[in-house]
Amino acid sequence: MALLEAKNLSISFGGLRAVDEFNISIEKGQLYGLIGPNGAGKTTVFNLLTGVYKPTEGIVTLNGIDITAKKTIDLNKAGIARTFQNIRLFKDLSVLDNVKAALHNHYVYSTFDGIFRTPKFRKCEKAMNERAMELLKVFDLDEKADILASNLPYGKQRKLEIARALATEPKILLLDEPAAGMNPNETLELMETIRFIRDKFDMTILLIEHDMKLVSGICEELTVLNFGRILTKGKTSEVLNNPEVIKAYLGDE
Amino acid sequence: MKKLLTNKIFKNNLITYGIVIIAFVVISIIKGTGNLSSLFTGLLVPLCAYIILAVSLNLVVGISGELSLGHAGFMCVGAFSSALFSKCVVGTMPDGLRFLLALIIGSVLAGIIGVLIGIPVLRLKGDYLAIVTLAFGEIIKNIINVIYIGRDSKGFHFSMTSEMDLNLEAGGETLINGAQGITGTPKDSSFLIGFILVMITLFIVLNLINSRDGRAIMAIRDNRIAAESIGINITKYKLLAFTVSSVLAGAAGVLYSHNLNNLQATSKNFGYNMSIMFLVFVVLGGIGNIRGSIIAAVLLTLLPELLRGLNAYRMLIYAIVLIAIMLFNWAPGALAFREKYSIKNWLSKKTGKEEM
Repeated sequence: MALLEAKNLSISFGGLRAVDEFNISIEKGQLYGLIGPNGAGKTTVFNLLTGVYKPTEGIVTLNGIDITAKKTIDLNKAGIARTFQNIRLFKDLSVLDNVKAALHNHYVYSTFDGIFRTPKFRKCEKAMNERAMELLKVFDLDEKADILASNLPYGKQRKLEIARALATEPKILLLDEPAAGMNPNETLELMETIRFIRDKFDMTILLIEHDMKLVSGICEELTVLNFGRILTKGKTSEVLNNPEVIKAYLGDE
Repeated sequence: MKKLLTNKIFKNNLITYGIVIIAFVVISIIKGTGNLSSLFTGLLVPLCAYIILAVSLNLVVGISGELSLGHAGFMCVGAFSSALFSKCVVGTMPDGLRFLLALIIGSVLAGIIGVLIGIPVLRLKGDYLAIVTLAFGEIIKNIINVIYIGRDSKGFHFSMTSEMDLNLEAGGETLINGAQGITGTPKDSSFLIGFILVMITLFIVLNLINSRDGRAIMAIRDNRIAAESIGINITKYKLLAFTVSSVLAGAAGVLYSHNLNNLQATSKNFGYNMSIMFLVFVVLGGIGNIRGSIIAAVLLTLLPELLRGLNAYRMLIYAIVLIAIMLFNWAPGALAFREKYSIKNWLSKKTGKEEM
């Protein structure tokens, strides 16, 4: 059974059908890519899967459970975590606190515990610190735990956002254009990181990307969107050599 | 690394507590030796109330990132409910217990009003919240101005029109007399109680900020969408910050009302210009900076009194000082200057050690 499955997912904004009959089926442990030219509806699909928009038609299931049109916060609890195209960090919190904020639902103590610093508070905070530092270490950010998130260089902010998403212990990780604004070297490093996450955390990853090098380098399967509809899907090498796809990206001769 | 961070926060909080304790001790000594003028002695309790209000407002404005202009309204609720209670039960229980109960009633009631206002309003963003809270503060003040409550052998009497309407018996007593407010509240507040309440406020606010809840509140402030995406309940934590803040404002109101023989809801003490003044404390002290709020509240409360000798020029100087502090705190040039010539830098150069 597929981990994440969407059937006939559609959404209309007024008269515009932004996504039409979108189908996807992602197996556990897969590195799946969603590509398409500008305005094809990729981010809209992401927003449908993460509860930002409610679909007009269609259903989404996670592990066979219907999660269609649930709220973002419930979807996160169900096991979907995401990053954003334009980085959204908690910029006035420290790097460590960014990750600790994401551990919110995994290490729980009450407001009373927090104000009166009960033993439960100490125990929980200690465990949180350890877990957060462990995650930061994976992304080579542990040396920077103390500084404000907004003071990190761009590439590291991307990594912190991924670390934060992973801290919520998701079943599937959705990355929205992780390589946007990166230079070729940073992109290369990011590829390594994404592959590493998949292997180390046994994670299922769905990513939207423009950068063809990144997509062809790490994705096993692709779905190509154009004008809100699926153009084609299949193994990466086959899809990228499909004349329809090349036409959609480069236009007619 | 992480140990350093928690230590830094711990040290910072200790300094804040330390400043308050030292200030209390010094003022108590001066007062004890009889060197404090009656004017300043009279200011001490209101000053404590203003510090509590500034710190609690900072929780909403600085930590939660919402603009609230109705803080005086919550203070008003706490002040009148507790004063009414104290007047009703005066003589039936020991003073200490009476004040403790008044404190609980005043803060809990302000907290309940905070929740009631907060549930619909916190779904709004930014300016809308400011407008609604501003209106709320004025409404509370005006409602209290038309309430008449009296008591005689038959029990309580209420009216919204006039004292005559209460139809009290010969021996009856008017508790709240409309615009004339409450007279004869027992004078239970003291500088010591004010100091204790300030310390409790600091304890609650500082510990709340540096806990799981505080992180959630600040995460929502920094990025609402991202906070939602990592499973933080937006409404819950906004409401938490707002409620804690109104509870503390209610407590400040209790402190304030039990220092006055004659409590009236005028625009001078519970109006929107007071709410704005608390906001000025918060902004001048540094948004999100608790220690700054305390210092700003003290300076700006004492300043008009210190400048009393200047008569007509008093408010002019006050305004100039406001602008000067604002520039010193926020202007990029001044920030760079402070960075370059800070005491910390000077000290570390002296000892030849790198400050981290």
